[in-house]
Amino acid sequence: MIVKVWPTVSPQSRSSPTPDAAAILRLEQLTRIFAVGDQFVRALDGVDLGIGAGEYISLMGPSGSGKSTLLNILGLLDRPTSGEYWLAGEQTSTMNDDRLADTRQREIGFVFQFFHLIHRMTAVENVELPLMLAGVPQAERRARAMEVLRRMGLEARVDHRSNQLSGGERQRVAIARAVVMQPKILLADEPTGNLDSVSGGEVVKIVEALHDEGLTLVVVTHDQAIGSRAHRRLLMRDGKVVQDVSG
Amino acid sequence: MKLADRHRVAFGALARAPLRTAMLLLATAIGVAAVLVLTALGEAARLYIADEFQSLGTDLLVVMPGRTETSGGAGMMSGATPRDITLDDARALLRSSAIATIAPLVVGESSVSVGSLERDVTIMGTTASYATIRHWTMASGEFLPDVDMDRESPVCVVGSTIGSELFRGEPPVGRWLRVGDRRCRVAGVLARQGISVMVDVDTVVMIPVAMAQSLFNSAGLFRVLIQARGRDVMPAAKRFVFATFKQRHHGEEDVTVITQDAVLQTFDGILGALTLALAGIAAISLLVAGVLIMNVMLVAVSQRTEEIGLLKALGARRSQVLALFLTEALYLALLGALAGVLVGFAGVWLLGNLYPDFTFRPPVWAVLGAVLLSMGCGMLFGILPARRAARLDPVAALARR
Repeated sequence: MIVKVWPTVSPQSRSSPTPDAAAILRLEQLTRIFAVGDQFVRALDGVDLGIGAGEYISLMGPSGSGKSTLLNILGLLDRPTSGEYWLAGEQTSTMNDDRLADTRQREIGFVFQFFHLIHRMTAVENVELPLMLAGVPQAERRARAMEVLRRMGLEARVDHRSNQLSGGERQRVAIARAVVMQPKILLADEPTGNLDSVSGGEVVKIVEALHDEGLTLVVVTHDQAIGSRAHRRLLMRDGKVVQDVSG
Repeated sequence: MKLADRHRVAFGALARAPLRTAMLLLATAIGVAAVLVLTALGEAARLYIADEFQSLGTDLLVVMPGRTETSGGAGMMSGATPRDITLDDARALLRSSAIATIAPLVVGESSVSVGSLERDVTIMGTTASYATIRHWTMASGEFLPDVDMDRESPVCVVGSTIGSELFRGEPPVGRWLRVGDRRCRVAGVLARQGISVMVDVDTVVMIPVAMAQSLFNSAGLFRVLIQARGRDVMPAAKRFVFATFKQRHHGEEDVTVITQDAVLQTFDGILGALTLALAGIAAISLLVAGVLIMNVMLVAVSQRTEEIGLLKALGARRSQVLALFLTEALYLALLGALAGVLVGFAGVWLLGNLYPDFTFRPPVWAVLGAVLLSMGCGMLFGILPARRAARLDPVAALARR
């Protein structure tokens, strides 16, 4: 089912998309400092980064290197302590909370390691959630959610609650929820970290297929095999991007 | 987010935690039901008293010795007493064309006996017109004879309980009854009517007013009941009463005249305040329910931290998260209030069946007030948890920190 919509392609056979001239995400001297007791921890330390539309990026590095902090800032869930972040040409530091929420809703999809499905809701209701928050009428959002779930090969599982789904199915529901608003950017934080290798492989195929359709994809991972599939691989250490390899 | 969706999500969240929801509904319901039942009790007392005084009739004036302004602290402290109202004073009132009839009244306690049976009872000394004014009817025999009020005819009228208890089931009419150190022949037995204006009519003995005065060795009257010739001449009758007493008491208006309206107004005020006080006490339980809602909602926010973080990650604004949790609190309060109204009315119905003499009916303001107050409490106490939810940092929430 998935294969029909997004044909599985190996990293070697996929053509490397050319990033747009103007970066969709641009960071300048970004720092993020956390206060931990009476200590200050510099989670990000002067990160300069540009990500073009349609890029497939993996973000790797040891624990505490600042990967998730960077992903949270890219996803507008967190604000930097200093530096600038432009998203689709807009300076995010000038946005108020509502504007950040709206931009997040419109432009960004999240996939988390622990799925974060709402247990009391069925698969289709979970996928409908962003559409509901956006005020999309019920009939339309149900149709859109069903369509995305069908593309994920979950049409037989739409009325199941999360505890009735396997790990792989839960993550596919979470991906469906992340893309149902048709965002420009998909941010995935260890998307296979809680899955077995088979389910993890399916999830990777799905997100790569979404990237092939034009989605900008940023994946945080510890898994070297998954990280190496990306067209551009960033290595982080001590809050800095210490390696940026393309191709 | 559309309003209907907000309600659906809030309702879904409540439905998925049935025990927690049931406990909160119960707390609110008890508060609302308490308001309804307690105000129904207060209202029943008010209606009962109002009904009692309405039976007096709208054309009734009651004269009592002393001015209300002068019978208070200073007079009592100095030992000063108001001037007595005498039978002559009462008789003088009959000169007014606005007054149809009068009934002087002397009240005291005395022992009454028939043979070896004796009991202490309330003795009411009055005249024949008292039964007319109070619309009393007789079970047997006649009321006191219509003779001059100075005359100590040895007759009496007994309440139905006295009649049956002292005469051991035999017809009392025509039998002799000892009242204190006097004897009187029973002229009639009053029809059973229970308590009227706070006097148990079934246990009184009525004797001629002159006999009561000599029995209690008092020239003064306790009250004079006056029946005016209609409601429209009540002010004229009242003016005449004051003028008469002023003239007869050396220029002093030393009596108080009350009307049924005034009595009803006073009792309405007192019992209305009582009902309000009861409502206030019951409303405290609503506040307690509100605090409970707040506590449980705070726990719910803490339990659903991850969900709140997710909603924010999906683009929910602070105001949307706030509205979601407030809607839940509002639902709890509203459903609790509706359950409380049902339970409250069931309680009122039960009271009505247990005490059929009283009319138990919670006032409309109490029903509306309890529902609105519980919703207000739900909103008020829902704000803190909802604000806490809305302000959660999404990164920390998703990490369940």
